[in-house]
Amino acid sequence: MTLNTSRRGFLKSAAAAGAVLFVGATAKGAMAAGQSADAMLTPFVKIDASGQVIAIIKHFEMGQGPATGLSTIIAEEVGVTMEQIGFEFAPSDPAVYNNLFFGAFQGTGGSTAIANSWEQYRTAGATAREMLIAAAAQAWGVEATALDIIDGQVTGAGNSAPLGNFVAAASEMTPPEAPRLRDPSEWKTIGNPKTRRLDSPAKVNGQAQFAMDVQLPNQMVTMIKRTPQRGGLVVSFDDSAAKDVKGFIMAQTLPTKHGVAVYAENTWAAIQAREALEVEWDMAAAETRSSDEIRDEIMAALDAEPTYNVNKAERAAVKSAVDDADTVVEKTFYFPLLAHAPMEPLNCTIEQTAEGDIVLHDGAQMPTGPHMAYQQIFELPPEKIHIKTMLAGGSFGRRATPDADYQVEAGLAFVMTDRTRPVKLMWTREDDIRGGYYRPAFGHKVRVGLNADGTIAGWEHQVAGQSIMKGTAFEAMSVHDGIDHSSVEGIGDSPYQIPGMAVGLTDTQKATSVLWWRSVGHTHTAYVMETMMDMAARAAGRDPVEFRLAHLTGDEADQTRKAGVLRLAADKAGWGKAPTGRTQGIAVHKSFGSYVAEVVEISGNIDDGIVIEKVTAAVDCGIAINPDVITAQIEGGIGYGIGHAMRDQITLSDGAVEQSNFPDYEPLRISDIKMIETHIVPSTVAPTGIGEPGTPPSAPALANAIAALTEDSELVAELPMAEAGVYFA
Amino acid sequence: MSFTLKINGETKTVDAEPGTPLLWVIRDDLKMTGTKFGCGVASCGACTVHLDGEPVRSCQTYVDDIENAEITTIEAIQDDKIGAAVQQAWTELDVVQCGYCQSGQIMSAVGLLRETPKPTAEDVDSYMWGNACRCATYQRIRAAVLRASEIMEA
Repeated sequence: MTLNTSRRGFLKSAAAAGAVLFVGATAKGAMAAGQSADAMLTPFVKIDASGQVIAIIKHFEMGQGPATGLSTIIAEEVGVTMEQIGFEFAPSDPAVYNNLFFGAFQGTGGSTAIANSWEQYRTAGATAREMLIAAAAQAWGVEATALDIIDGQVTGAGNSAPLGNFVAAASEMTPPEAPRLRDPSEWKTIGNPKTRRLDSPAKVNGQAQFAMDVQLPNQMVTMIKRTPQRGGLVVSFDDSAAKDVKGFIMAQTLPTKHGVAVYAENTWAAIQAREALEVEWDMAAAETRSSDEIRDEIMAALDAEPTYNVNKAERAAVKSAVDDADTVVEKTFYFPLLAHAPMEPLNCTIEQTAEGDIVLHDGAQMPTGPHMAYQQIFELPPEKIHIKTMLAGGSFGRRATPDADYQVEAGLAFVMTDRTRPVKLMWTREDDIRGGYYRPAFGHKVRVGLNADGTIAGWEHQVAGQSIMKGTAFEAMSVHDGIDHSSVEGIGDSPYQIPGMAVGLTDTQKATSVLWWRSVGHTHTAYVMETMMDMAARAAGRDPVEFRLAHLTGDEADQTRKAGVLRLAADKAGWGKAPTGRTQGIAVHKSFGSYVAEVVEISGNIDDGIVIEKVTAAVDCGIAINPDVITAQIEGGIGYGIGHAMRDQITLSDGAVEQSNFPDYEPLRISDIKMIETHIVPSTVAPTGIGEPGTPPSAPALANAIAALTEDSELVAELPMAEAGVYFA
Repeated sequence: MSFTLKINGETKTVDAEPGTPLLWVIRDDLKMTGTKFGCGVASCGACTVHLDGEPVRSCQTYVDDIENAEITTIEAIQDDKIGAAVQQAWTELDVVQCGYCQSGQIMSAVGLLRETPKPTAEDVDSYMWGNACRCATYQRIRAAVLRASEIMEA
């Protein structure tokens, strides 16, 4: 990637109040032909003559903090304070705003927002700084090397002036080939725990605009009446009762026949009209299985020879090593389907401009998905489709589906109209809980053989479940030799030095639509690895921390960093020194390039209920750009992991989802975890993920505490724990 | 049917069907979008507003039941001394993540502090139990309510 600046020094817009300096990437070869030189330049930094610096954010903000994080990087490099910078979300343009880890695809996921943008945004900010300094040096007749930008003032050689004074001149300059990135010793904003989120003020006064808040003149609200079981098709519908609902406009079967679109003047009318609509379904191709049958298939697969030898192990040799071991620890685990249930139900709004362009207003996690889908639906070239990214009220992965499910629904609902009225597609909470795209159900069966000296002799590990990636556009990226890496990540590639490990995988039949869910495969693999390590430690008569450290003795960063967070969490939690009446459990896991250890301390007992008193976390995610955002993500990641492990599952009965809303898919509540304490390991290596890595160790740390308290690991081999008889006070 | 509402100190007339939840009158008719839809069954608290100073779930409060009541939404809570303290505490501690539930959290927190100006952590957990946050910002919500109590006292 190269950086360049706009040849156009001035915007025509009166609002721009003079010159604007853009710094961004040129789309070398990747951009569709026929665009002007001006359009080729799409900025990461925009600075106007008033000195207002705007960071253009190529990732969406679902609360995980990239709007603040990427702005922090730009502010640091340019030389302005966080009070002097604002942000805007980038338009959909994968040639410029692609996720550098995803190829030519713009999107957020896999905890990559900061990691893939780090060098790119630093370089963009540094380029802007050097151009402003070059303009000031010229104006003052001094050497550029004598100048710096500090708190928005170009300063040095006896001069000082606001950077806005040099925007016009800078915008006419040629950008530097290789701008100097600030040395970490110069950093004032990066790593500063006092840095506040840029999106806080608007989110506490009701002014923040989520996709749900889009109110276009004359818009219709559309809801889809879907089949009660996945795969059913519309035969016919009767809207005579719906016509009695004031505000009902019309109903039409989607071209896919997967549902009927109900159009109304407002949300309440849409809810009522959909309720009143009678639909006859063809259920011939619909899912009919129940959760128990899905579970039986998974469990049977665990007992059979696996389809894939994931780590190309000598399976027979590993089996004999375990068989011949002094002690064998064996456990079978089951993980249910889980819904993401972000607070903001899925929705988006679509309109057509006077020029015939299509505009989508969406909390767009992967703008390239709907952008491509809309080219087909509307038979338009990409430049006639625009995606306006709004704040997203959570996602946890749900707003990024490989088939752009809800955006396609909106597109189909809109294309069936005369397009004179914008269409706002709305899902209710019931649509969300029953709408598929779940964390797949998985089973694991593990046999660990221990030598007489308490070391591991062999580790047999079978995994079975439905592949997330197969059959999607992400298959090429994540599936190799038939093995969906997302089904087994965190086992064979764990930093633990485990001799004689054999990992087998069997894909089970498609039961429902499945999807990545905050931390993807690590949601179950970390749980199994870390509860097994505890069981093995106990069987060997060794302390769980000491036992883990004994398998992390290598001097590779993978081992030292994992051991580092383990020691830090144990130290800060007072491992082994729990107050009377309290029991601790620990877990540590690497995911998305980051290392997190967590100690869960519980009180109570299995009969009166267990209380989660405290969680102590240690995280190593490389350079901590916004320490307070990292702390918040660890807190949230712990809550997400523990809440679902405690009591949530999606079950099917004759193919239909049994849960429907928060009363039977109960969110974590404020009283469930009394306290969380987070410690960040200082680091000089490039930043890695933080949105997801807090989740994987949380549930196994809780499970290990419960197993230590009850001396019954069977209680925590089934999730949710409530289902296995664990009661939380 | 025409209804007259007193909301944030103003009198507004809306045309709505009897039985329409106040939530949708506020969002769709009055175009005030700070009050959020989360579940529609009073199970998440994202739609919390005040009715004569008391927090209620606007998804289960109907337009035909509230004539003469004073409605307050997040858009006007900064005019309330407690509301301003809560918003200040929320910003100081950067409580928000996605932010979608936070209007409701703040409206509930104001209700708690009006009733109990010096709550304990247990009081907060008990009063705020019905406000769900899927980002799990609870640690900071608890701390921010206690911090708002300090601000109010200062």
